[in-house]
Amino acid sequence: MSESRTIVSFRDVAFEVAGVRILEGVNLSVARGETLVLLGESGCGKTTTLKLINRLIEPTEGEVLVNGGSTMAVDAVELRRGIGYVLQEGGLFPHMTAAENVGLPLRLAGRDRALIEGRVAEMLELVGLDPERFAARFPHELSGGQRQRLGVARALVADPDLLLLDEPFGALDALTRAALQQEFARIVRELGKTVVFVTHDLHEAMLLGSRIALMDKGRVVFLGTPEEFAASPLPLARAYLETVAL
Amino acid sequence: MSFLDFITANWRELIMLTREHIAIVMLSTAFAVVLGLPLGVLLTRVRALQAPVLGFANVMQTVPSLALFGLLIPIPFIGGIGARTAVIALALYALLPVIRNTVTGILGIDPKIREAADAMGMTGAERLRLVELPLAAPVILTGIRVAVVISVGVATVAAAVGAGGLGTYIFRGLRQNDNNLLIAGAVASALLALLFDLALGQIERSFTIGERTKRTSRRIIGLGIAGALAAVAVVGGLLVSQANLGRAGELPASGERIVVGSKDFTESIILAEILTQLLEGEGFAVERQFELGGNLPHDSLLAGKIDVYPEYTGTAFTAILKRDPITDPEVVYRETAGSYEREFGLVLSPPLGFANDFAILIRGDVARLQRLRTISDTVPVSRDWQAGFGQDFMSRADGYPGFVRAYGFAFARQPREMDLSLTYRALAAGELDIIAGNSTDGLISALDLFQLQDDRRYFPPYEAVFVARRDKAELLRPAFERLRNAISTEEMRKMNLEVDGNKRQPREVAAEWLREN
Repeated sequence: MSESRTIVSFRDVAFEVAGVRILEGVNLSVARGETLVLLGESGCGKTTTLKLINRLIEPTEGEVLVNGGSTMAVDAVELRRGIGYVLQEGGLFPHMTAAENVGLPLRLAGRDRALIEGRVAEMLELVGLDPERFAARFPHELSGGQRQRLGVARALVADPDLLLLDEPFGALDALTRAALQQEFARIVRELGKTVVFVTHDLHEAMLLGSRIALMDKGRVVFLGTPEEFAASPLPLARAYLETVAL
Repeated sequence: MSFLDFITANWRELIMLTREHIAIVMLSTAFAVVLGLPLGVLLTRVRALQAPVLGFANVMQTVPSLALFGLLIPIPFIGGIGARTAVIALALYALLPVIRNTVTGILGIDPKIREAADAMGMTGAERLRLVELPLAAPVILTGIRVAVVISVGVATVAAAVGAGGLGTYIFRGLRQNDNNLLIAGAVASALLALLFDLALGQIERSFTIGERTKRTSRRIIGLGIAGALAAVAVVGGLLVSQANLGRAGELPASGERIVVGSKDFTESIILAEILTQLLEGEGFAVERQFELGGNLPHDSLLAGKIDVYPEYTGTAFTAILKRDPITDPEVVYRETAGSYEREFGLVLSPPLGFANDFAILIRGDVARLQRLRTISDTVPVSRDWQAGFGQDFMSRADGYPGFVRAYGFAFARQPREMDLSLTYRALAAGELDIIAGNSTDGLISALDLFQLQDDRRYFPPYEAVFVARRDKAELLRPAFERLRNAISTEEMRKMNLEVDGNKRQPREVAAEWLREN
């Protein structure tokens, strides 16, 4: 299955909650090694789409396939352990040190302590945090950017093929955000991960995405490369592009 | 007796009561946590259960403690009298803060944290163990802390069902008008509450995010104090059982065990003590279940938790059999004995020789100054008096309502309803002007109170007797015969004064009477 080029695909997916349609007729596929950015305004359904991939929520209609199999056909816990997930502020556990946070996925997988320690140090290095200085710190002793780096390190520690990120850099100041975006792009390139990335920031989408899916009112209204997006006559796409032009 | 002398003389008993108190509190809290924590977690998973379960726990907490103890008495296995009932009642009280804080603690966690845990592929159990419980720990510990502090307080009431603990001193102190007892009981339980609070507070703070550096030392302090309290519970027990060993060794192995109960006032305890020592002298193994509040002795007797206790014919006739008061002592005795046999299968002993009637009391100086001798004398001058009565007198058929009607009293102010033993002190202190006490009470002469004559013969007779279970009646017969008409009113008043006024132990006073008679 890992031979297959498509790692995630949505087939006519709809999602509703309490009778309200959040998503309607979503068809998408994510190819191995690409970074698909889900772009759109708040409430457009981009985060919902993301959470359908690791079954934090379940489709009302249609199906979501990961590695060729329906997410509903496999154990949700098993599915999630194979997928890295980063949310805003990293979603770190405040009662655990940086090292404990990053090592947790491996601990859940039952890896031995020595292996976890080595791997955690490696991941901290990868995201630019000196293990000597940061391993024993608690999340509240770190800056927002450092917390976000930890979130990425934790998502990568179990070496999943697929990474899901939900507006990870949204809460950061502009300079920190720019630095992290650059570094994240480098890490993804080096490791060859497949990424689904949710953002409302076009600049971020253009920088990181190999393809952009523009969402509006629960539907995918545009799907294409950043260059195609830049040339799109779609009014919503034009509106986004104008914000960058300023 | 100075407080220091009191402590020197009673430290052994004080340690024993403290130990009982700690044991009751720790056991009940442990139950509440073992039950409440999983229940609280369940409520966070199955939200539909929240309303009914929290509702139940809420209701449990609103039940007055003494009522809860009373309700538990007839329930098999968990009920009865003694420490077990107290532990269960306290656990029920402690349940609410434990459950509520578990729910609040877990549901209060940032949803993003839970999302991160789920997305990482944690199972429900892993999320609970690794994320939810550690993060909710400070809130849950606050709940346990509240539960413990409540328990230390409510456990003092448990003395009323014979559970022991520091409440024994508080009740006894109120009854005997003894400040040393009151202070010892109250200060010791307040200290306990503070120590528990301190210990759990330290442990709680060690779980708070950001307190990392002091974490270990806090935990050591907290666990140290908790450990010390537990040690008092265990070592204190050994100490006391060592001290009791001599007495326990003397217990004959006759195989017949008799449980003697008493009501929660001095006279009842002295009478029960006299019977107990008499039975011990006859070679029985006797267990004391003294100081049971309200109607607990009767309920306990019916439930088989005790075998015999001292009662008064008037009380049995009006309060338990719910009959209208009559004034002929012989008729009351005969009717009561017959009805007890038929209705409850209980046996009345022959009368002990004295009656403890209601005594309408005023201050001695007032009686002398205004030349008041009978109850009727006071009616015209008592309009502006503040009356105060025990709960018992206010509620019973032969009590306040009939009394006011019989004599035509018209008090301008509503009488105060308060603890009987407190009315004596309040009367002596001038807070009250007229009370209903007991005619054999030693405090009457000790506090210079004057008993007004019941010139209209309103009050029914309260002859002292023992009530026993039928299956133990044969065993008790020799002791009952020995005590037939053996105690005069004067002797009883003297014995009461020895305990209430001179602060002597009922055990001693009873032994003295047995030697002399």
